[in-house]
Amino acid sequence: MIIETIVFYVFAVVTVAAGVMVVVSRNPVHSVLFLILAFFSSAGLFVLMGAEFLAMVLIIVYVGAVAVLFLFVVMMLDINFSELRAGFFQYLPVGGVVGVILLAELILVFASGAADITLPKTVASPTPPADVVSNTEALGNILYTRYAYLFQAAGLVLLVAMIGAIVLTHRRRVGVRRQRIADQVARDPKDVIELKDVKPGEGASWKSD
Amino acid sequence: MTAPSSLLLEYLPILIFLGIAVAVAGLAVGGSIFVAPQKPDPKKNAAFECGFDAFEDSRGRFDVRFYLVAILFIIFDLEVAYLFPWAISFSGIGLYGFWSMMVFLGILTIGFVYEWKKGALEWE
Amino acid sequence: MTELANPNYLAALPEMFLAAAAAVLLMIGVFVGNRSTTALTLLSALAMAAAFIMVLVAPDERATAFGGLFVTDTFSTFMKCLVLIGASVTLIMGLGYVKREGMARFEFPVLILFASVGMLMMISANDLIALYIGLELQSLSLYILAAFRRDAVRSSEAGLKYFVLGALSSGFLLYGCSMVYGFTGATNFEAIAAAVASGGEAGAAGPIGILIGLVFIAVALAFKISAVPFHMWTPDVYEGAPTPVTAFFAAAPKIAAMALLLRVFLGPFQELVEQWEQIILFVSIASMALGALAAIGQTNIKRLMAYSSIGHVGYALVGLAAGTPEGVRGVIIYLTIYMVMSLGAFSCILAMRQKGQMVEQISDLAGLSKTNPLMAFSFAVFMFSMAGIPPLAGFFGKLYVFLAAIDAGLYGLAIVGVLTSVVGAFYYIRIVKLMYFDEPAAPLDRPIGVELSVVLAGTGIVTVLFFAYPTPVLIGAQAAAASLFP
Repeated sequence: MIIETIVFYVFAVVTVAAGVMVVVSRNPVHSVLFLILAFFSSAGLFVLMGAEFLAMVLIIVYVGAVAVLFLFVVMMLDINFSELRAGFFQYLPVGGVVGVILLAELILVFASGAADITLPKTVASPTPPADVVSNTEALGNILYTRYAYLFQAAGLVLLVAMIGAIVLTHRRRVGVRRQRIADQVARDPKDVIELKDVKPGEGASWKSD
Repeated sequence: MTAPSSLLLEYLPILIFLGIAVAVAGLAVGGSIFVAPQKPDPKKNAAFECGFDAFEDSRGRFDVRFYLVAILFIIFDLEVAYLFPWAISFSGIGLYGFWSMMVFLGILTIGFVYEWKKGALEWE
Repeated sequence: MTELANPNYLAALPEMFLAAAAAVLLMIGVFVGNRSTTALTLLSALAMAAAFIMVLVAPDERATAFGGLFVTDTFSTFMKCLVLIGASVTLIMGLGYVKREGMARFEFPVLILFASVGMLMMISANDLIALYIGLELQSLSLYILAAFRRDAVRSSEAGLKYFVLGALSSGFLLYGCSMVYGFTGATNFEAIAAAVASGGEAGAAGPIGILIGLVFIAVALAFKISAVPFHMWTPDVYEGAPTPVTAFFAAAPKIAAMALLLRVFLGPFQELVEQWEQIILFVSIASMALGALAAIGQTNIKRLMAYSSIGHVGYALVGLAAGTPEGVRGVIIYLTIYMVMSLGAFSCILAMRQKGQMVEQISDLAGLSKTNPLMAFSFAVFMFSMAGIPPLAGFFGKLYVFLAAIDAGLYGLAIVGVLTSVVGAFYYIRIVKLMYFDEPAAPLDRPIGVELSVVLAGTGIVTVLFFAYPTPVLIGAQAAAASLFP
């Protein structure tokens, strides 16, 4: 299908261009925004490959959460990025040479008889055709039963991540008045309210405790 | 490209929608570039608010607490991502699959209780 | 459409028990508060002891669980025992430090428990995904532990460095795994081994693709065991992390990562031995050389231990380079002895305090023989043992790996190993000289604490008397190595 090919190239070009812009744009906030664009167009590529679930997770998790986290981090660090970038052109030649060498090596590897890459057909969990079982369902069919061990282990990894985030960044600030519902409800008027019978002409004195 | 076409066909409306969105945005921006008269001069481009240049970067530093909230959000976001395939193939995976998810949710509930008791969910 | 593979939960009982214990302790901690730290530390050690017993009583035959994702055999039993001993002993060793240095937060023992679960999962991994998840669970806990004293710049730096470089190596690992999966169509170790043996289904392209994947996996694992040239994080992390955490790093994760390396190279990639042997040879020689040479100029004892651990990894890899059951037996014996020695050395380092302050400079040890002769003696024993002076335990560790290398015809490697041992002996013995022949510096505080004394005595006795009764370790290592060569 010709449309498929066109769409593929559009998404691919946008992904690569956005990736380049992430690296070269001057404003770090713009970098993050380009990153979001890159995530988005890769999600399009995933859809083209029939991997719907990955595409949606990319949007929900990466665009919806990770990119926001990146924005926070960029805003949190008070770094002058133009100064950081000052060495960019200084390192460009070295980086460029390394890149070219890697590219040449890649070409050599693929040119030296490895060109006819035919991938194996017997994969561990073959993806059923998308017309019969949707991608998400195919995943669900094995993730919670056959790969339950990995699933639970992933839960443990998430738990450790929670503990880590709190251990490393959470502080109980002193001198902040928090809402403690139980304490507030349990407050007894007798303990906190003092009734004074103020005689006319004497005035009231108040002492704090 | 040997992707299943019927699947992609389902996404055609989204593609068309995307196309329209890009076209409209492009028209609006491009139109104002090409059609509107533009005669910039130094006075026009100068900072106009109270006549001063900005004293500092417009990016204020964020408190690290935002970061904590965001990272806790990501973790639960991921947890939710696991729920989708489970819900879809629920009929096929039986009791084992059900309890598998319950244990997973149990692990994360422990994390949730931990967060709550530590006061990480309070803003103060 | 979905087969419920025979789960065989019993095989993974220690892991499940430890994970549940960690969750329960976390809940106790969060409800009781930081004053429960000491109790939780002891309970964690107790949980590890219970897991240790579960590992020991489990049947020795090879068994897989969870549809082949998880494997237990004699090798995993032996390595898990080592890891659990290392982790629980470092927990106990750190008790005093954690209390004194304001690190008494209840998450500390819980994170060590989670890291141990990860390590046990690594040792029992029989699948690329299981390998990765276990490694991540372990690494994530270790990153947090390294940065645990978040108000100390050094500690935060250590955590951050470890995290960034560790994430990079995880990326390498995943890339390698995806290459291997792409060219073999399997993540299960036996299936990969079968695919490799048949030259890959992919025809001519198969072996090259698998090989690229193998190299990436090797890079990632070399990073985790801190072998040259992927060692650069080690000195900074060892120096910056709180000392009990450093002791833990030296004792447990290294052993788990080595176990993983052995299992991956001798399991799915056994057929490619000629290819990975070159990598291991280079990494081994480079680690031994750098460990010996770079340690000479160090003034901080924790940095010195970091370089020393790099060197020890190099020696252990000599056995793997041999690629024979004898070589693997050598690796296992070496790791056992190394763990005992490093536990002992770190219990000395944890006892280095002057007027209530921790000190880390090697020069602070000067004249220790006059101010605390017993500690000086045991530290000297560990240093001599690490240098490989007979009849201490360290000598036997080196002996077995070098013998295996010579048997396998790797004479050059054995010679390099002996030469670097001689160079390395210089800096170990320099410390001994400092303690015994230099003028006393400010004396270290006494007493050093009951738990440190007990660990010091225990590890010291094992190190000195290993030659008299090495049989249990030899037999255990022999059986463990044999189970990797079906």
